[in-house]
Amino acid sequence: MIKIVKRDQPSKAIFFFTPVLAIFLTLIAGGIIFYILGFKPFEALKFFFIVPIADKYGFSELLLKATPLCLIAIGLSFCFKSNNWNIGAEGQLTFGAIVSGGVALLFYDQEGFYILPIVILAGAIGGMIYASIPAILKTYFNTNEILVSLMLVYVSKLILDYLVVGPWSNPEGFNFPETRQFSDSARLPLLFEGLRIHAGIFLALAAVIISWFVFYKTYLGFQMKVSGFSLKTAKYAGYKGKKMIILVFLISGGCAGLAGVGEITGPIGQLHREVSPDYGFTAIIVAFLGRLHPVGIIFASLVVAITYLGAETAQIFMQIPKYTGQVFQGMILFFLLASDYLLFFKFKFIGTKK
Amino acid sequence: MHKFLIRSFVSSLVLLFTLTVAAVAKDVKAAFVYIGPTGDHGWTYQHDVGRKAVEAAGFKTTYVEGVPESADAERVLRQLANSGHDIIFTTSFGYMNPTNKVAKEFPNVKFEHATGYKREHPNVATYAARFYEGRTILGTIAGTMTKSNVIGYVASFPIPEVIRGINSFTLAAQKVNPNIKTKIVWAFTWYDPGKEAEAAKALIDQGADVIAQHTDSTAIVQMAEKAGVYAFGQASDMDKFAPKAVLTSVENNWGPYYVDRVKAVANGTWNQKDTWHGIGDGMVVISGLDSQMPSDLQAKVKKLQADLASGKVHSFTGPIYDQKGNLMVAEGKTADDGMLAGMMTYVKGVEGDIPK
Repeated sequence: MIKIVKRDQPSKAIFFFTPVLAIFLTLIAGGIIFYILGFKPFEALKFFFIVPIADKYGFSELLLKATPLCLIAIGLSFCFKSNNWNIGAEGQLTFGAIVSGGVALLFYDQEGFYILPIVILAGAIGGMIYASIPAILKTYFNTNEILVSLMLVYVSKLILDYLVVGPWSNPEGFNFPETRQFSDSARLPLLFEGLRIHAGIFLALAAVIISWFVFYKTYLGFQMKVSGFSLKTAKYAGYKGKKMIILVFLISGGCAGLAGVGEITGPIGQLHREVSPDYGFTAIIVAFLGRLHPVGIIFASLVVAITYLGAETAQIFMQIPKYTGQVFQGMILFFLLASDYLLFFKFKFIGTKK
Repeated sequence: MHKFLIRSFVSSLVLLFTLTVAAVAKDVKAAFVYIGPTGDHGWTYQHDVGRKAVEAAGFKTTYVEGVPESADAERVLRQLANSGHDIIFTTSFGYMNPTNKVAKEFPNVKFEHATGYKREHPNVATYAARFYEGRTILGTIAGTMTKSNVIGYVASFPIPEVIRGINSFTLAAQKVNPNIKTKIVWAFTWYDPGKEAEAAKALIDQGADVIAQHTDSTAIVQMAEKAGVYAFGQASDMDKFAPKAVLTSVENNWGPYYVDRVKAVANGTWNQKDTWHGIGDGMVVISGLDSQMPSDLQAKVKKLQADLASGKVHSFTGPIYDQKGNLMVAEGKTADDGMLAGMMTYVKGVEGDIPK
């Protein structure tokens, strides 16, 4: 007989095992879906997960795609660990891109080593300012940060629309909704000739290292962890809750803003209406798939990034609808949440007694 | 004998050569990059109809749908150029810079960018359709059919393409009915059924009894059907979605152009150019006219269609005044393509301001 028993405390081994299980189950379910759609499951999975990164260029594209996801997810992990539900990273990314893009446009006809650092800083500050809105409203007016941060995403996109259609549109661009191209001095340097992977990846790696240090080696990291387990305990221990809420939102917004900078000063090189294909939302999946652990997030961002690349390859070579990429992202999250059941419960095999 | 051998050798060489050329010609592969899903029944759907025409002409095609205009477009283009495609059609304005960038790296692949203006490399051509000619016809119908003299217009983004359409529509409507007013609602989207339906409802609430649209979904004609007002289909024939409301549709007919260009690659005659075709060249097609339209209006529309096709009538013939009453096009003159391409002012009779 099998009995389901509640665990005394969540299993640490299972904690890191379930993401792997979720990916495995996603592959199986994906294969079944391909089979039902009339494609050869193994061939389809090969085009989805192996072909896109089989050469140097493909691998560099994977890193390019994973960079913003990793950066945003690291930022979000500060919020999520401490029980702050920042759903608006996409808005913070957009606003960061707006501010840094605005600065880059000021220097559009200038060259100089000082331009790029200012542009990057502006993006981080932009993201922080935008993230501070839900944080301040939460701390001082007790509003729900999920709603506020989410709604601000749409506001930021409308601000971007307004700017690229109106005041910031390229004067030589026949009124099309895009700005001028940034000067080379405002662009992140490329790491290799002919590949698009840029210096933004170092920002992501720095974020990984710093977050690891903060989470596991500082008093702040400990405070965040306690608040995450129980807000009452944190209060009882005398932690300054308000300060921490604002701080984690600032970190999270700054990271999202930097991701926005990476996109516009990296591969795009100008502002237009679509600076991000919803990286800010996808990064939420990445953060949880990576178990809010810096190293886990690196792997998770690579896994999720490949679902984007794989969807394109599968459509080009096998005519599989591209939207299956989103199905894969959804399935990963679904299986992860489902298998989290194992964290708190276990199956116990009991011999039947007569 | 000797001569015979040589002759047969030469003729077989010639035969082999022709066969190879034919085989090469048939081997041309075309790729299409779409902004939306192929099932949108609007912009992307019509491009995909064009792609199918290329397939029917005997060429292999590939497409990638839902490609965002973000950093992803460049990767998709490079992958298509790298995987044996000879000509790539990029069917949204936002692909302009990635198209030119990737074209530089693949000089042997031809790139065709829709609705853009940058042709930075000899292997980049641009193409667009004179949709405003179709809107001249819609305006004529709307001006005749309206009873409230208020015509609603759901617009997407304040760019010249859309402003030109609003103006062309309004000028034609004024010609048959000087009292009409065109009310605009900006949806700030190309495809969002929810928002589009809301915009249409707002216009109907303001008294509009004919609704035109420059967005891609079928939500507006369906809303018009529900409210019992008239509407026009956009991009594809939307009659089946709202049989009572839809008077006619302006269809984007890319097929002939696509087949032409792919064949040109096969024959080695492809050249860089900027194509802007209208009703005359068959890139803009008017669907069947609804029987609710009186027969004299139907005859008028048919004649207008023929005159636009032959060039006898131009959508922008002076005198044309802007909202403030300044002369835009003098009497007897027509607007040139340069003016049309950068048009950012409303003509007289359009209500409101262009969002800035």
